[in-house]
Amino acid sequence: MNKKILSVISVATLSLSLALTGCGQKPAEPSGSESGAPAAEQKSDKKIGMVTDVGGVNDNSFNQSAWEGLQKLQSETGINVQYAQSTGDAEYVPNLNTFVKDKWDLTWGIGFLLADPIKQVAEQNPDAKLAIVDGEVAAPNVTSVMFKEQEGSFLVGVVAAEMSKSNKIGFVGGIKIPVIERFEAGFKAGVKAANPNAEVVSIYTGAFDKPDLGKSTASSMYSQGVDIIFHASGGTGDGVFNEATARKKNGADVWVIGVDKDQSINFGEDVTLTSMVKKVDEAVIQVSKDMAEGKFEGGKTINLGLKDNAVGLSESSLKTLPAEVLKKVDEFKAKIISGEITVPEKP
Amino acid sequence: MNKFVQVFTKDSFLVPVVAIIFGLIVGAFAMLAGGFNPIEAYVALFDKVFGDMYNFGETIRQITPLIFSGLAVAFAFRTGMFNIGVEGQFLMGMVTAVYLGVKLDLPFFLHAPITIVGSMLAGGLWAAFAGWLKAVRGVHEVITTIMLNWTALYLVNFILTTTLVPEGQQRSETIKESAMINIGWLSEMFDSARLHWGTLIALGAAFIFYIVLWKTRTGFELRATGVNPHAAEYAGMNVNKNVVKAMFISGALAGIGGACEILGVFHYQAISAALPGYGFDGIAVALIGGNTPIGVIFGAILFGILTFGAGGMKLGAGVPVELIRVVIASVIFFVAAHGIVRYFLKPILAKKKDKEVL
Repeated sequence: MNKKILSVISVATLSLSLALTGCGQKPAEPSGSESGAPAAEQKSDKKIGMVTDVGGVNDNSFNQSAWEGLQKLQSETGINVQYAQSTGDAEYVPNLNTFVKDKWDLTWGIGFLLADPIKQVAEQNPDAKLAIVDGEVAAPNVTSVMFKEQEGSFLVGVVAAEMSKSNKIGFVGGIKIPVIERFEAGFKAGVKAANPNAEVVSIYTGAFDKPDLGKSTASSMYSQGVDIIFHASGGTGDGVFNEATARKKNGADVWVIGVDKDQSINFGEDVTLTSMVKKVDEAVIQVSKDMAEGKFEGGKTINLGLKDNAVGLSESSLKTLPAEVLKKVDEFKAKIISGEITVPEKP
Repeated sequence: MNKFVQVFTKDSFLVPVVAIIFGLIVGAFAMLAGGFNPIEAYVALFDKVFGDMYNFGETIRQITPLIFSGLAVAFAFRTGMFNIGVEGQFLMGMVTAVYLGVKLDLPFFLHAPITIVGSMLAGGLWAAFAGWLKAVRGVHEVITTIMLNWTALYLVNFILTTTLVPEGQQRSETIKESAMINIGWLSEMFDSARLHWGTLIALGAAFIFYIVLWKTRTGFELRATGVNPHAAEYAGMNVNKNVVKAMFISGALAGIGGACEILGVFHYQAISAALPGYGFDGIAVALIGGNTPIGVIFGAILFGILTFGAGGMKLGAGVPVELIRVVIASVIFFVAAHGIVRYFLKPILAKKKDKEVL
């Protein structure tokens, strides 16, 4: 009797382990599955890792954008890419070290919050190559990527000034930190440049994750006669969009200008005038490619602006906005690129 | 010493081990359903934790706060209180530590101890407030402690932004070196993993937990209150006083945990939009550990290994983070629900008992 049970068990274990290993074949090479045929030909032995902040790779913002960039890089060049998601402050350093101690060729940290952890890891591992988006780290083996948000904001300011009927325009910011101030400064300068009579009201909500605050702020602005609001406030901006959608349904002619990604995809083109897009993905691709070609420049801060096509209007709005507005935008864009106009960083 | 030994008797050792295995098997099926190789994933998990010195050290770092929050929850449990507010008490400990760490100017042998005592008081008082509300007004501690979590979060953010965060920053200044409790030589041994004295303090706290509850009169009163408050009152014990006392000690444990995270790991505190989750993990750890000090330590080790090793499963076997959480949850589910495991083990356990009788 006992023997019988034993044999049944051993057969079961064997077949189970066979099944397990069989199932494992497919995902064992996650890198190959998405890249398709061309990647297989020029497969690279380079490995690039990326550490997200607490937002994770589905945050609809820069983490997602950066990861999309790396995935695109993988399908183009066959470079191996991988990400590690951080669930809390304590995990930034070990997550970075996962890649660094395993001798990956380049490790990305996404966001301002990773600046200190990257500095620490970079100093402890002088041979490793690291890079950061939206933060500046002074270390000989770190490339910092910063964006000239003020230049892109200037252009959406021009759009707002041209499209506004009431000549009253709003700006809703998140927390008052240097990066958000660059948005405000550029936006104000853009509005003034295109229409000196227009007035800009700006309010900081003090939070990036409070849609309710965004909604009430937008509500008071629209009630004051503002007809276009530019928000640079992360999730708080969702409330701005909700308020605009509600008013639009009641026949009011109000608009929102989105931020970071093309927000008309989420909120619809009937309330989204345009979006100030930050091309984190392209920046990540560019720096990673340079590294792969042996052109990694540590200790350098790359400032990406209009000239590099790293900030600007969303693609979809280039189709929906009137031609004369776009023409004006192009004129200002040319002036900024040529250096004729310098956009301020502080409001 | 009975309680200490009891944990190691075969029964209470066998059940959790079997429970962990059950959990891993269920987790394996979840991964199979998702099209991933569970064996590869589990190997990656253990490789991440035990594979090299750095990650092993970081796992210890991950386990330490879990011991504190687990002990805090367990202590209140023993007195019949469900302290969901460990989260908030932990935060109060953290902010006190960072405040004292930045503002005080003392020699190292005073700075760190005074800071830790300050955090202990802050966490303790924060919890005692909920205990006091229960004692004098009969407000249920689950409600008050949950609400005090959010009060603590926003109070901490307020204190940080008004006193400690330089303009244009999202985090406080770094604490003075004299307040840090890192162990330099040990960190070096562990390839610069962030090891600190907090781990030893946590183990010491577990020992004191045992002494206080099972070797002192206060502890006897606290446990009596937990088992049956009416009987305790009838026996002449001051139940209200014990409720406040129990909450204070529970909160104090959480406060020390918060101090150790600041002084040993971060050295600063960031403004946070959400609760960090130490206290909630502590509830799971206390449940796994059956509210005994040794149990909490093992519970924290299990929880720490699973959460830290999860990163390895992602990189080593490509298992997505969401699925890893399912695996962790199924392990904890089986460990916490011993009833199910005991049911399956009944034949074996019964057989053993028969033998013992003979």
